Amino acid sequence: MSVAASNAYAWPDERGRFGPFGGRFVPETLMPLVLELDQAYADAKADPSFQEELDGFLRDYVGRPSPLYFAERLTDHVGAANIWFKRDELNHTGAHKINNCMGQVLLARRMKKPRIIAETGAGQHGVATATVCARFGLPCTIYMGATDVERQKPNVFRMKLLGAEVVPVTAGRATLKDAMNEALRDWVTNVHDTYYIIGTAAGPHPYPAMVRDFQSVIGREARAQLMERTGRLPDAVVAAIGGGSNAIGLFHPFIGDEGVRLIGVEAAGRGLDGPDHAASLQGGRPGVLHGNRTYLLQDDDGQILEGHSISAGLDYPGIGPEHAWLHETGRAEYRAATDQEALEAFQLCSKLEGIIPALEPSHALARIGEISREVGKGGNVVMNLCGRGDKDIFAVAQHLGVRL
Amino acid sequence: MSARSHTDPWRLSGPFERNPDRACLVAYIMAGDPDLETTYQLMTTGLAGADIIELGMPFSDPMAEGPSIQRAAQRALKAGTTLKAVLGLVRRFRETDTVTPVVLMGYLNPVESYGYEAFARDAADAGADAAIIVDCPPEEANALADALEAARLSLIPLATPTTDARRLPMVLKRASGFIYYVSVAGVTGVKSADAGSVAEAVARIKAASRLPVAAGFGVRTPERAAEMARIADAVVVGSAIVNEVAAALDEGVSPVERVETAVWRLAEAVRNARLA
Repeated sequence: MSVAASNAYAWPDERGRFGPFGGRFVPETLMPLVLELDQAYADAKADPSFQEELDGFLRDYVGRPSPLYFAERLTDHVGAANIWFKRDELNHTGAHKINNCMGQVLLARRMKKPRIIAETGAGQHGVATATVCARFGLPCTIYMGATDVERQKPNVFRMKLLGAEVVPVTAGRATLKDAMNEALRDWVTNVHDTYYIIGTAAGPHPYPAMVRDFQSVIGREARAQLMERTGRLPDAVVAAIGGGSNAIGLFHPFIGDEGVRLIGVEAAGRGLDGPDHAASLQGGRPGVLHGNRTYLLQDDDGQILEGHSISAGLDYPGIGPEHAWLHETGRAEYRAATDQEALEAFQLCSKLEGIIPALEPSHALARIGEISREVGKGGNVVMNLCGRGDKDIFAVAQHLGVRL
Repeated sequence: MSARSHTDPWRLSGPFERNPDRACLVAYIMAGDPDLETTYQLMTTGLAGADIIELGMPFSDPMAEGPSIQRAAQRALKAGTTLKAVLGLVRRFRETDTVTPVVLMGYLNPVESYGYEAFARDAADAGADAAIIVDCPPEEANALADALEAARLSLIPLATPTTDARRLPMVLKRASGFIYYVSVAGVTGVKSADAGSVAEAVARIKAASRLPVAAGFGVRTPERAAEMARIADAVVVGSAIVNEVAAALDEGVSPVERVETAVWRLAEAVRNARLA
C-alpha cells in the first residue's frame, strides 16, 4: 500500500476513554470481569496466531473479503461522484455482525468460557452469535425484547434452529435496550463461566474498541480495494448508524486520512423535530448507560427514552462512544434519514442495482445522492451495504400496503 | 434560601455508635412507588423499625436489579417521580425526623443529568446523608466523590464476591459512612449467599477498613436477616420490603401497615440475633 494510515489517532486511552466518552460504568461485580476481558483481548491482539486463526475463519466461513462493487446505475442516476458499495451483506448470515461475533467467540474460547450470552434487537446479531456458537459447539442464550420476538419471528426461528435459547425480555419496554439490561443481569449472575458478546461498538471498555477492531476489517478491505481499482483514497465513506459498529468499522482505517470525509447516517424515524427517532447524536445529549458515557436519548430527568426507527437494527437510544467523540471533534459528520426516505432508497437500490438492501443501510443510501453531488463528478464515495434486506421484506410490504 | 439546611455529617454514624452490641437494619424502598405521598408515609411510619433508610432513586434501566425493584422503579416513573422530587421528599421527612440516616441509592445517569455538584448540594441541604451509585465503580467515581465530599455527604462503596484482594483497597479508598457488601454475584432479590462465605468476606473487609460493614442482597426473611446480623454490622433488606408494597397494591390497600409489620419482624430478628 502506498498510502499508510496515520498513527496520530490513538483512542481510547488506557481507561477506555475517547475524550470524555466511553469508560467502564458497570457495577463492582462486573469490574473484575471487564478488566479480565481487557487483559485477555490485549494478549490475543498481540498474538499473531489469534489473528491468523480469525483471518482463516473470516475467509473460509464468513466469506471475506467482501467485494467492493461499483454501483454504476445508481451513479448514473445521481450523475455525480462514483458510488461504491462495500458488500458486507454478502457475508455468511447476511450482515456485518458476524465479523465481530467470530472475533469474540474465538476470544471466548481462548478465555475458556464455556457459555455465551448476547442481546439482539432485530435478531441479526442474535443470529450471528447463534451461528458462531453452533460452529464451536458452545451453548448460547440470546436475550431479545418480547416486542421484538413478536416482530422478528423468522430470526427467532433461525436462532432456535442454530441451537440457541432465545429468552423474551418483558422488563421495561421489551426492546433492545431492555434486552441489553437483561444480558448484563445474566452476566452479573453468572460471573464464573459466561462470556457476553456485545453486538455493537458500545458497552464498557474494552467492548467499543474491541468491536471496532473486529469490524475494521470492513474499512481495511475497502481502502485496499479502492486503491487497487482507482489508485486513490475515497473522498467520502458513508454508513448507517444505530449503535455504530458497521460505521466505526468502515471509518476507523480512514480516521488519519484528513482528505477522507467520514459520514454517518442516523435514523430520523418520523422526523428529528418529534420524539420518534433514534438519532442519539443529533437529538440526544451525553449521559451514562450500558457501561459507557455517550450521547443518549433521554428526558430532562436523565431517564432513557425509547428510540424509534422503521429499522429494528437502528432503534437503540445510545451510540458507541467513539462516534460521540468523532462527532464532538468534528472528524466525522452525522446526518439523518427518515423512515420514509429509507423506504424510498430501499426500493431505488432494489430496482437500479438488483440488490435488496436491509433497512439499516437504506438510511445511508437515502443520503448517498446528496453526498455524491457534494463530492462531485470524478470523486469516489464508498458506502457500506452492511446487510441484506430479506429480513425486512415483510415490514416493507406492510409499509407499502402490500399483503404477502 | 428560605428552608433551613438539614445537613448533619454525623448522623450516618449515629445508629452504629448508639448500638455497639447489635447489628443495624437498613431498609430499602423505592421513592415514588407507587407515589411520593405513600413513600413519605412509609418513611415516617412503615419503616419505623429500621435504623437506616435506603431510598431508591428510580431509573429506567436499572441493570443490577431483579424483577421486584425493576417493577418498583417502573411504578415510580409512571407516577412521574423525578430526582428533584425525591430530594424534596427527603427534605419533608427531615421536618419531623432529624435522626434516621437516609442513604440515596440509584444509577449514575439521573445524577449526571442533574449535575454532580448540584446533586450533592441539594441532597445534603435536603438532609440526605450518603449516596450509593450502582454503576459507578471506583475507577469512575472521583468526580462524583469530590462533589459529595465537598457537600459532606458519604459515598458508600459496594464490595462484592468478585472484588479480590488487589481491588479491595481501591474500593475502600474514598469510602465513608459504611461499606456495603453485596453478598452474592447477581441482581437484587434473587440468590442468597451461604453464611460462611459472607463471614469470610466481611472479615476481609473489616481487616482493611474501620468503617462498619453492611451485608445485603438476597435477605428475604427474618431468619436470614438474623443470620446476617451475627456476621455484619448492618443488614440490608430491599426486595422483600418492596414485595410487600407490591402485594398491598395488588390487594388495593395502603402498603404502610403491611410494610410496618414486615419491617418490625425483620428489626426484631436483627436486634435479637446476637442474644441467642
